[in-house]
Amino acid sequence: MQDDEVLIGSLMEDSWLTLEQLACACMVEPDWLLNHVDEGLFPHAESVAGVWRFCSADLTRARRMRELESDFEAVPELAALVADLLEELDELRARLRGAGLS
Amino acid sequence: MQFKDYYQTLGVARDATAEDIKKAFRKLARKYHPDVSKEPNAQLRMQEVNEANTVLSDPEKRAAYDQLGQGFQPGQEFQPPPDWDAGFEFSGRGFSPHEATGFSDFFSELFGRMGGGRSGFRAHGETFRAQGEDHHAKILLDLEDAFHGATRQISLRVPEVNAQGRVALRTRTLNVKIPQGVHEGQVIRLAGQGAPGMGGGPAGDLLLEVHFKPHARLRAEGRNLHLTLPVTPWEAALGAVVTVDLPAGQLKLRIPQGAQSGRELRVRGKGIPGNPPGDLLLDLQVVLPPADTPKGRELYETMARELAFDPRQAEGN
Repeated sequence: MQDDEVLIGSLMEDSWLTLEQLACACMVEPDWLLNHVDEGLFPHAESVAGVWRFCSADLTRARRMRELESDFEAVPELAALVADLLEELDELRARLRGAGLS
Repeated sequence: MQFKDYYQTLGVARDATAEDIKKAFRKLARKYHPDVSKEPNAQLRMQEVNEANTVLSDPEKRAAYDQLGQGFQPGQEFQPPPDWDAGFEFSGRGFSPHEATGFSDFFSELFGRMGGGRSGFRAHGETFRAQGEDHHAKILLDLEDAFHGATRQISLRVPEVNAQGRVALRTRTLNVKIPQGVHEGQVIRLAGQGAPGMGGGPAGDLLLEVHFKPHARLRAEGRNLHLTLPVTPWEAALGAVVTVDLPAGQLKLRIPQGAQSGRELRVRGKGIPGNPPGDLLLDLQVVLPPADTPKGRELYETMARELAFDPRQAEGN
């Protein structure tokens, strides 16, 4: 590809990631993801006509949970709890930045 | 290429047990966790710790590393002899080329050809076709880009397998058109820009996750924009029309009579454009003028005398 070529991407707007796409992008096995969804550890995942779909925030969540499980041998529920806390931390940090306090 | 002492990175002795290595790794993984660590260069240190752990926690890689690294000091110039890894049997588990993106050239040179089995980077041509992996990266944009669209140049370090079957990192520069209406956390999909396919299969996609640089006044949440709007006491008490500067231009806004600090005003459709567009949420903040002139003091004194107002009583304290 030429360096000066401009790539035009499609926005994953009202679109979603499939289970396979999310698993591949986060380097986890689809079964790992499916088990975690079945256990309710991806609260934003939706099943439409039997097909799981994920929002882009689930990318970060899946990566974090995978790392927590492999680095610390955390059980999935603990990894999900830490991911919940980190998401809340992200939101609070964004608010601090917005208020000019960080 | 400089020799890396993985034992030193993890702070363990060369005869450390697998349990010692695991403990040391976890301690450092907690210390340098990029989401919470306050250590300088936490992300870089975490990559070094991950790299060291990838080698030392795998008995096959550790044995090969131990044999190869005898007599070398950290930072010493190092070049592995040809076919140094002959005689070792590697199962190829433990990491994928994409995972190893942040790892050093030293690691790539030693272990690159053992990259993971599930990654689709097998060197010898199987007869099946398979689509390449989707790759995933973050892109940092200005909030203004969401309003006007933009073309941004991004550089990615991409693992590639060379003719010898080794994984090497290549810097790849892409010019990407950012469409108007993109919002925080959204993903832009660039079809065919991920990992190459196998056996003539199509390449995967590149998924770019959008994040905004901190803005001096505005904060984005999805498509909604939050803004703290300072107003004078008289604007809040009497109502007023004020002008607000936004990336899309100026907006005239009516402050309702009797507004208080902390009240949120929602202006529908004036957030980040899209279908539907986001809302603008204004957090009103009443700012008192200083009483640092005789006239200022007089006005406050007049209010104190003539307005029967006690906010503590109004709050029921």
